[in-house]
Amino acid sequence: MATSTTFWEKLGFRKASGVSEAGWGQTLFAGLISLIYFMPVLLIIITSFKLQTEALAVPPKFFPTTFFGLVPEAYVFTPTLENFTSVFSRAFTTGAAAQSTGFDRFFFNSMFIAGSSVLLALVIGTLAAYGFSRYPLKGNDTYLFIILTTRMLPAIVVIIPIILMFRIVGLSGSYPGIIFLYTAFNLPFTIWMMKSFFDELSPDVEDAARIDGSSELRVFFKICLPQVIAGLAATFVFGLILTWNEFLFALLLTGVDTRTVPVAMNQAVAGGGIGVLWGLLAAIETLFLIPVFLVTFFLQNHLLRGVTFGTVKR
Amino acid sequence: MTMTATQQQTPGFLNVAPDNWKLAIAVGLAVSTAAGSLLSASASFWVVGAMVAMVAASFVVYAYRRHYYGGLLVSPAIAVLFVMNIFPLLWSLGLSFYAYQSNQQSIRFVGLANYARLLTDDLKAPELWTNLTNTAMFTVLTVSAQMIVGFLLAIMFAKQFPLRRYLLILVLTPMMLSVVAVGVFFSYYYDPTFGLISQMVKSWNGEQFILFSSKTGAVAGIVLADAWMWSPFVMLLVLAGLVSVPKYLYEAASIDRVGSWRRFWTITFPYIRGLLMLALLFRTIEAFKMADLVILLTKGGNDTMTISYHVIRIANEQNKTSEGAALSYLMLFVVIVLTNLYLYIANRRSRET
Repeated sequence: MATSTTFWEKLGFRKASGVSEAGWGQTLFAGLISLIYFMPVLLIIITSFKLQTEALAVPPKFFPTTFFGLVPEAYVFTPTLENFTSVFSRAFTTGAAAQSTGFDRFFFNSMFIAGSSVLLALVIGTLAAYGFSRYPLKGNDTYLFIILTTRMLPAIVVIIPIILMFRIVGLSGSYPGIIFLYTAFNLPFTIWMMKSFFDELSPDVEDAARIDGSSELRVFFKICLPQVIAGLAATFVFGLILTWNEFLFALLLTGVDTRTVPVAMNQAVAGGGIGVLWGLLAAIETLFLIPVFLVTFFLQNHLLRGVTFGTVKR
Repeated sequence: MTMTATQQQTPGFLNVAPDNWKLAIAVGLAVSTAAGSLLSASASFWVVGAMVAMVAASFVVYAYRRHYYGGLLVSPAIAVLFVMNIFPLLWSLGLSFYAYQSNQQSIRFVGLANYARLLTDDLKAPELWTNLTNTAMFTVLTVSAQMIVGFLLAIMFAKQFPLRRYLLILVLTPMMLSVVAVGVFFSYYYDPTFGLISQMVKSWNGEQFILFSSKTGAVAGIVLADAWMWSPFVMLLVLAGLVSVPKYLYEAASIDRVGSWRRFWTITFPYIRGLLMLALLFRTIEAFKMADLVILLTKGGNDTMTISYHVIRIANEQNKTSEGAALSYLMLFVVIVLTNLYLYIANRRSRET
């Protein structure tokens, strides 16, 4: 297309492939909409720097500084890092010595459990999706539908047999138990999503490779997989986000050592009996958001590149 | 095609070969029975697990050598799903035919009595019926809001503009929040005295604004929080479809002077249809199960109970495990019928075009 560098490319913004450019009006509009959409999250982040009295102030205090007198004093709060330190250690009763809350452990648990189960689901699910897409079994659609059915029941119904099962085999409160459970929890979406990506690929390229003597393994790894990297990234991000925030299974199936952040967060909300500690909860959520935010950010290029590898579309 | 391996013979029963699955099953059964009778329950679990792995490995080698790739690729997923999902599902299906309470030891077979009671007495009671209509209402409202907002956001981000990467990730963040935090913080924003929304309304008309004072307000509050949280999901799927449309198709269309409306339906839409359907399907299933935001925001007050919250109350708070299971199987039946209908229509449509 256009060979001359555009204004944005001169400024150093990389141009995405296969995407047309927006004008000034559309750019401003998009920026405005995005900021409005982000506002509730921004308010959580702001709250994490406030003390309890300032979090409940009327009128609301939005700004950390007066911006050289531009903002009236009534809307300004004094930013503090106290909430962030008290995520990890705080005094549980007034006057008592600060105690460790164990949140460092909970953060590790969340990362380890979510990361390994999503990767496991991605490996198993991609293989299955490829199988469903390329080597249809007898009753292929029925299998796919049964797989989908496993996500339809409310979790509360499945959880009682799972609790009993885990107790019998000693998996209750252990890492392998919850990791396998989350793998199964992620599989339906992974399979359906990856199958839709594999279905989009043209079989002509694969057949040509087979005629040239490529083995089935080579066709899968060298031809099909590189074309669905965008799909893999998107599925990974979705799986990670869902698993990262899963609450019910984690509440009932993790022990003291394997507790994840959402469960601990819920306890921190309820704890103390003095109402919600807004600043503390906001600080936990802000810290908890960072890892998954970074992963999404770094996979974003793959996420949006799409399947534009110059292959023939069906 | 180079099919190097000819049709291989099944190895003899006593021949120790990696693809001799019959021998593997025999050895596995023998060792498992021995372990079951000699060792403790948790130790024998791992022995049985190892034996199952051995049998599975023999099947894998057997299938690979004979080019049964379909079954080979699908079986790990089926195995995990069977152990962790389908088996517990069947177990709870079994429980729904018993009178069982998780806080008591007694268990008694009652056949279809749980279902019969649900379909006759409880359905006549207005409570269950309103829970059902509430669920339908929430599903329609949240899913349509998510589809519309997500689709519009995707169209907005399908163009290149400065800071696009950064703005996109800002829009994606709601999805990454924990539902506990979303629920608690939306109740903070909706709070009648110090909540932001109430303060904004108060500065406008001077009256105290209580969002959850009416059913409309409560439903709107829940739908807003849910749609805000999950529209990015739809957006991401649609966007993945939008950027995968080859550019030369648009160029060809602009040479042929095709109008933008027709260009959308003939070029863009076929590329996003599959992903749009997938988003609709998964969001509908999730919306049908909606309970957490309702619990966090209204606790079912103001006539906002959903069927899933009702199941949680029965099964968890009142410990009526069997009744909860029976109710959710009725619910599953409804969802399966609806999903099948949807998939049937979707498949027929895609065959037509």
